[in-house]
Amino acid sequence: MEPQTFRVTRADLVRYAGASGDFNPIHWSDRVATSVGLPGVIAHGMFTMALVGRAVTHWAGAPDAVAEFSVRFSRPVPVPDTDEGTEVVVTATVKETTDDGLTRLALTATCQGEKVLSLAQAVIRKR
Amino acid sequence: MPLDQSFVGRSWPATEPYQVGREKIREFARAIGATDAEYHDPEAARALGYADVVAPPTFPVAITMAASRQIIEDPALGLDYSRVVHGDQKFAYARPVVAGDALVCVNSVDEITSRGGHDFLTTRTEVTTEAGEPVVTVWSKLVQRGEA
Repeated sequence: MEPQTFRVTRADLVRYAGASGDFNPIHWSDRVATSVGLPGVIAHGMFTMALVGRAVTHWAGAPDAVAEFSVRFSRPVPVPDTDEGTEVVVTATVKETTDDGLTRLALTATCQGEKVLSLAQAVIRKR
Repeated sequence: MPLDQSFVGRSWPATEPYQVGREKIREFARAIGATDAEYHDPEAARALGYADVVAPPTFPVAITMAASRQIIEDPALGLDYSRVVHGDQKFAYARPVVAGDALVCVNSVDEITSRGGHDFLTTRTEVTTEAGEPVVTVWSKLVQRGEA
């Protein structure tokens, strides 16, 4: 399946914080992020997962086709305070298609060439 | 200090119903850059058989994260939230969340483990309608990093 690329900026993190209710300062304050040993502000893991979810529903061709969706957050996604921010690239390979119309996708997400998720997969159902 | 193992297997009383609003779904979809018509336009969602706009797959976490405070903020558990990072996340859907749903959460602790100086807490939240219709089950594994 065609890889999908998502740009992530600080503005996206602020908007996601408001929409999701996750106001952890490591997602908007460099001061707090560096004080806990991070390189700087990082994306919400659930924001990264949401981008992967966009890729999955795009591949599935329907916004309600996801039966299961799981990830492990293996590495943070640093988001520099620049207009360009950073990029997350999402790929999928079909692992299995069952007789009852379910398809299991193995997913990857990378940022600056590093995998930021492991054990990521989705099960999509045919509509 | 390790987390209190006696939390494993415990369940908490159902939360007050969360009223899923159409504008909240639209706001969440905009925040993740999702432009699919079914997240924004009730007519498009009705064409798929839903009563109103449907929510993107990770939307339930906006409900369950708040609901799980009844576990993670219990001082008896011993979790220091300033040392917590998100480890794993899983959703199993019976159907998408739809605007107009009133959803209740029943939280449980599935597992507490320790490895390499870190503590791992897996919570499970069963999200249902007030009538008990299953909507989505949400698992979160939180990692409490060891003190350096």
